[in-house]
Amino acid sequence: MSERLTISRAARLTPRLAVNVVVLFILALVPVYAMLSGDSFAMTLFTRVLILALAALSLNLIMGFGGMVSFGHAAYLGIGGYAVGILAKEGIGSGFVQWPAAIAASALYALIVGALSLRTRGVYFIMITLAFAQMVYYVAIGLDRYGGDDGLTIYKRSRFGDIVDLNNKTFFYYLCFALLLAGIYLTWRLVNSRFGLVIQGARSNERRMRAIGFPTYRYKLVCFVIAGAMCGLAGALLANHTDFISPAMMHWTRSGDLMVMAVLGGMPAMFGPLIGALTFLLLEEGLSRITDYPNLILGPMLLMVAIYVHGGIDGLIGSMRRG
Amino acid sequence: MLYFIEQFLNGIQLGMLLFLLAAGLTLIFGIMDLVNLAHGSLYMIGAYFAATFAEWTDSFVLGAILALLATAAVGMALEVIAIRRLYGRNHLDHVLGTFGLLLFFNELVRLIWGPAGLTLPLPSEMFNAVEILPGLFYPLYRLVIIAATLAVALLLYILVMRTRLGMLIRAGASNREMVGALGVNIKLLYTLVFGLGAALAGFAGLMQAPILTVQIGMGENILIAAFVVVTIGGIGSIRGAFVAALLVGLVDTVGRAFVPDLLHGFLSESASSSLGRALSSMMIYLVMALILVVRPEGLFPAASK
Amino acid sequence: MADPLLEVVGLTKRFGGVVASDAISLTLMPGELHAIIGPNGAGKTTLIGQLTGETAPDSGRIRFAGRDITALPVYRRSRFGLARSFQISSLFPEFTALDNVALAVQAHSGHSFRFWGNARREAALREPARAALGRVGLAERDGMLVADLSHGERRALEIAMALATAPRMVLLDEPMAGMGPEESSRLVETLRRLKSSVTILLIEHDMDAVFALADRISVLVDGRIIASGAPAAIRTDVAVRQAYLGESEGAMHD
Repeated sequence: MSERLTISRAARLTPRLAVNVVVLFILALVPVYAMLSGDSFAMTLFTRVLILALAALSLNLIMGFGGMVSFGHAAYLGIGGYAVGILAKEGIGSGFVQWPAAIAASALYALIVGALSLRTRGVYFIMITLAFAQMVYYVAIGLDRYGGDDGLTIYKRSRFGDIVDLNNKTFFYYLCFALLLAGIYLTWRLVNSRFGLVIQGARSNERRMRAIGFPTYRYKLVCFVIAGAMCGLAGALLANHTDFISPAMMHWTRSGDLMVMAVLGGMPAMFGPLIGALTFLLLEEGLSRITDYPNLILGPMLLMVAIYVHGGIDGLIGSMRRG
Repeated sequence: MLYFIEQFLNGIQLGMLLFLLAAGLTLIFGIMDLVNLAHGSLYMIGAYFAATFAEWTDSFVLGAILALLATAAVGMALEVIAIRRLYGRNHLDHVLGTFGLLLFFNELVRLIWGPAGLTLPLPSEMFNAVEILPGLFYPLYRLVIIAATLAVALLLYILVMRTRLGMLIRAGASNREMVGALGVNIKLLYTLVFGLGAALAGFAGLMQAPILTVQIGMGENILIAAFVVVTIGGIGSIRGAFVAALLVGLVDTVGRAFVPDLLHGFLSESASSSLGRALSSMMIYLVMALILVVRPEGLFPAASK
Repeated sequence: MADPLLEVVGLTKRFGGVVASDAISLTLMPGELHAIIGPNGAGKTTLIGQLTGETAPDSGRIRFAGRDITALPVYRRSRFGLARSFQISSLFPEFTALDNVALAVQAHSGHSFRFWGNARREAALREPARAALGRVGLAERDGMLVADLSHGERRALEIAMALATAPRMVLLDEPMAGMGPEESSRLVETLRRLKSSVTILLIEHDMDAVFALADRISVLVDGRIIASGAPAAIRTDVAVRQAYLGESEGAMHD
């Protein structure tokens, strides 16, 4: 009986597995391509893909697995980025201080936001998470010392002693790649652990979870904090990548972009966020090259995905085998 | 003191505009259970239509009426073509789909009217200051906004409380399935409600156009404030939207006017200025967070679920 | 006389002008199967809500295993040994039957702030879950997704989940709901087997089942308990016949 389940599960994975492997393979070779062709823009674009994929992964954790639709997730990108930027400006250039600070600050804000927001449900939850992101956005605009509305240039990337040089684009690319893969692996272990099952159960049927004895609120809160911390790391990476921080990192449309990436790729699939980030950013880039009005196409495309595609791209691939 | 009254009136004015947006949003939430991020786009389209039609007809009033009709038409067309396919889906799909519409409309407006904004001129008498209290002068047009939006609110009240359509709307807001079971033409009701919401949004957009702005993306900021209003007021409740809108309008306006000065007493010039600006922008969110902690479903939740 | 396991005293709940629960008092002795019957609208849902903690009573007390649980939240009651099944199956549809029950076991196996190990490989969770499924006759279906189970199997799964928490008492909310005669009699047999090992509070409409299983019956009408006692006594009680069985004379039979 369980043998049959294992075999069918493996068979079900094959098209999906193939796509994921191909994507990983292509991504692993991007720096090689960039070196050979001299196309450094590709490096920049795909580094951004990797970083935002990590952010989308953290959103997928709470949204796809936990059912918590957070519309303020870009706030953690911003908090992570600003932690790095502010410390850099104040003369603390060590990554060993900046990055933990980015993660800790994001985790702390997630704790506060989560503690308050998780008392609400449905649309109210969506709105209150949006509101909390707006608060951070406006605080950032008010920080005159750190650029305010115009943002702040970071002159020196995070230093990690003499071991690594984040200014080396190839190295930075593979660092982001490694961190993303680590994030995917950690997420995978998390969702199949006791903790992960509680989170998934709470998404599936919270009333029943309480009836069998789970204090769901505290588990959801911890999950929310973990996701915030992960996104804070992505923010630190983003600040290093663009050498720049600004309130625009946390604009609510950025939160919208992250949601698009998570849904597009397929929730709660493990590689969904990567596929989603890749697709979305390539689409954005590609469309802006062929037309001056890319959103005339992108907008309706998002609408069509929302209407017709259940389970995102991952769902499409999965159904290809069944169909 | 006079300054306070002036800001108070500005707050009422903002509140009334927010109410127009929030009323449409809360109806659409409550009846169709739809999160609509494109609502701000209808607000923007109303302003753009008004600016264009006013220029063609050389009359603000005529331009406004045409814009109202056009926006309602666009709203209903949108509902038929796109929005109705999102009913019954989870909120995330709504966010995704209407986010796409928002991007689309911003781009479409840029294509048709160009990236620079428009202006909607008024007869200069409108900007005369009226002495409403000894020593207090307030622009006539701002009074017109308050009066006009109050009139619309009153009409909305009559529509919702005294007509058959309104009864269906109220019933739908508190129990969607029942209304369908009663044999009412649900599809038509939904289209009309969406059109009504669009008209209200368009009206708000065109009314504020002469004194504030007609530009791409103008819907976004006020949309979030409108969501805050709906959340505070309670989904599905127009009464809640009215109370919350006034609250939010006043908190935001009066907050922005006085918080920096309040801080001035404690902090340095520059610190109080930047902190003050940040704090006053955050005021409405703080209020919302506080209210939700005490009443997680808003002040007057209408939906029974 | 042993102490009652469950003691409800003067439980009252009003919704606007409607008194859904009117000073309800009842006791449950350990090991018994106590059935609550009553016409639709009698207030069973409200009573269940107050017993499980989803509804707060306006007044009255609930004592369970010697402790006042009136103010205890839902999850706490479950941890304290008061399990329930739902009238409308409330399961985890995307998971297998075994996963469903294992979650119930997990809720009572210490805390779940474990982030690394694969919970589906924890024998301490899977074995008791299999055992619970076995008790309700679902051992063969443990790998099926809930969505693929029949109605009767889902009702049985409902009960398995309640049992998996190793409760002192199980509150069964219309377990026979929507079942055909064959499935019903199978469930009655299952419950008969369970009687000896767990205290059961059974809310049911199915009179055959009630009279086959109950040690005592309480009758709830318009929010009040109008009669309580042995099945034979209830069957002949005049007030009960009038209030409940007056419309369907043939409902009660030997």
